[in-house]
Amino acid sequence: MNRPATESEYLASLVPASAGRSGFSRRSMLRGSLLAAGLPALLAACGDGGSGGSGGGGGGSQVTLGSNFSDEVPLKTMNAMVEDAQKKQGISIKLNTVDHTTFQNNINNYLQGSPDDVFSWFAGYRMQFFAAKGLASDISDIWGTIGADYTDAFKKASTGEDGKQYFVPTTYGPWAVFYRKSLWQERGYQAPQTLDEMKTLAAQMQKDGLVPLAFADKEGWPAMGTFDQLNMRINGYQFHVDLMAGEEAWTDQKVKTVFDTWKGLLPLHQTDSLGRTWQEAASGIVNKTSGMMVIGSFIGQQFDEADQEDIDFFNFPEVDPAVGADAVEAPIDGFMMSKRPRNEDGAKKLLEYFGSPDDGVVQTTNDPSGIAANTKSDQSHYTELQKKCAEFVANAKSISQFMDRDTRPDFASTVMIPSLQTFISNPNDIDGLCSQIESQKKSIFAS
Amino acid sequence: MSSPDLPLVAPQTAQPAPSGGSHQGTGKKQRVRRLSGRDRVAVVLMVAVPTLVVVGLVWLPAIASVLLSFTNWDGVGSLADVKVIGLQNYTDVFTNYPPFKPAVQHNLLWLVVMFVVATPLGVLFAVLIDKELKGSRFYQTALYLPVVLSLALVGFIWQLMYSRDQGLINAVLGTQVDFYGDPKWNIWAALFATCWKQVGYVMLLYLAGLKGVDASLKEAAQMDGANQVQTFFRIVFPVMRPINIIVLVITVIESLRAFDLVWVINQGRNGLELIATLVTANIVGEASRIGFGSALATIMLVISLVFISIYLWVVMREDER
Repeated sequence: MNRPATESEYLASLVPASAGRSGFSRRSMLRGSLLAAGLPALLAACGDGGSGGSGGGGGGSQVTLGSNFSDEVPLKTMNAMVEDAQKKQGISIKLNTVDHTTFQNNINNYLQGSPDDVFSWFAGYRMQFFAAKGLASDISDIWGTIGADYTDAFKKASTGEDGKQYFVPTTYGPWAVFYRKSLWQERGYQAPQTLDEMKTLAAQMQKDGLVPLAFADKEGWPAMGTFDQLNMRINGYQFHVDLMAGEEAWTDQKVKTVFDTWKGLLPLHQTDSLGRTWQEAASGIVNKTSGMMVIGSFIGQQFDEADQEDIDFFNFPEVDPAVGADAVEAPIDGFMMSKRPRNEDGAKKLLEYFGSPDDGVVQTTNDPSGIAANTKSDQSHYTELQKKCAEFVANAKSISQFMDRDTRPDFASTVMIPSLQTFISNPNDIDGLCSQIESQKKSIFAS
Repeated sequence: MSSPDLPLVAPQTAQPAPSGGSHQGTGKKQRVRRLSGRDRVAVVLMVAVPTLVVVGLVWLPAIASVLLSFTNWDGVGSLADVKVIGLQNYTDVFTNYPPFKPAVQHNLLWLVVMFVVATPLGVLFAVLIDKELKGSRFYQTALYLPVVLSLALVGFIWQLMYSRDQGLINAVLGTQVDFYGDPKWNIWAALFATCWKQVGYVMLLYLAGLKGVDASLKEAAQMDGANQVQTFFRIVFPVMRPINIIVLVITVIESLRAFDLVWVINQGRNGLELIATLVTANIVGEASRIGFGSALATIMLVISLVFISIYLWVVMREDER
């Protein structure tokens, strides 16, 4: 390998090889479409008949697909999906994979520059935000085709503020408390129903020399999951929605109770969480040094194939019997179409594939940590965990997305990440913390 | 090539010999006349092109940042969407943005540590290596090696030393200190890594300066009975004034530029806030608080202007002398 000549070259080389070919440039796009002007072009043209004009000026028959699925398992899954889509829809797809965090950080410039025809994104507020800015295309007509396969909740999560659809959901994964079945059987632990039971269990784990709750927040977002769970158990789903929409005050006693309860749980959490990534914390579960972890079902990606059947979870326990525990957090992943796709027909065909039962099968087979959003998708190949996850979400009364998907992106990243990290390193000044969050919230939501 | 019997200059371009009077005066007039024509175009181009580049690439973006700092803009859409909100961003920065205060403190701490630790150490190493002790070449290489690396890479290298669970330091000492995660430690861990890099840089500059000091000065001082330390502080150090100023400027620049390392560690959060990382955190990414981030950038610009003014004042005072 050559030595990098400049700092930027060096930084570029840090991007994992899987994400290396992030050719967003117009030139590579052009080159790609020229190369592909052969057989796939004919196929695409034949399959589509009359609608010649809508293809746009570029004329290439290739569909470009921007993807942030850069980790090992998601990347493998993505490649399988692309292969299947090319076969079934008779289109040619150019997959541009970008490192997950880099993709998120550049999303603004990416969508305003020359984005790929179709790109991976998240449901909820984060989708609506970019749809409202005119950076994504209305795909209501695709929903006319695929809509019957989805529940209303998914349609709602794919609908922008203007009532049109902008998003095709593919998979989702619930957040809950995950653990290793064999460890729990060995020690005779029982899944707790209430927070007090969970505290008793955690104390027992400490006695047994385990870290009760594996915990990490170096990236800033994993701790949001714990806040959301506690908030929904203490104050209910509607309060979560209103708080995230900026309609409730962070100085409300209800929010302070959430932080206060969390403070009581912190001694049971793994220490030094701010220097650890979620993968490092999850390795404690894999190695059986930690008892349980509040995380999304994607924790399954950290387990070897042989251990997949050993993962289990329970719903985050009830705190207040009046509120119950029937609100579940289950962020949805999926795809959107950029504002002016170069190959609109191809892009729509690709999105139709993503909305089909077949895509669900390919995705959930390759990555058993997700559940297909399409209700018609065959679930017979599901692992125990997937079956349990699907049932878990289906039985939930309300489904939230996640703090950073249910609120404004600028509020989540510039206020909530530092604030939650401040709380973790110093949980004693809850009043001060809440009033700081509230005054920043007012300033941001006023704009 | 002209043969020896031909005149070296073509007759039509040859200057007539000065007819009399002040030889010097005529020469001056001729030099001015020679500048006109193609030379003048060249001079104009040489001034104009860099000026355009500097104005276009440095001044315009800087002014745009200052202007944007009075607005509220999320970076999407045309400039027509920009909403002017006066000083609101600045009020928010000072009253309503908890990471700002620690960021200023950390930037100052950075500057102080660079001045008090990194620079004197660099000078010390330079003096020791200048003495050409045994193996000084080896030390010189070892000390200069970190300078070649980018700060981002330094962050990764030290991650191997500092990591809580897999790091060398904790493994050797049998401790479990969370160097990068614990806000009590991480700023010092980052500063140590930066000094490790900066020392070699200062050393190299001083080494160059020391080689340039006239040996007879040192000899004269020793003749007058000065010891090594006195010779250095009374004679050598003052003689190296230009180097001192350069090192001063570089130290300030490096402490304001302290960004890469911290960004690699944890994106400048949780005890590692710096003004530069706050600017980036607000402008880059989904957040896109362009106006607010620009206000932070403007504050950073003002801080650097203070140092630039001091530097200019020192340099100009020198010229006057």
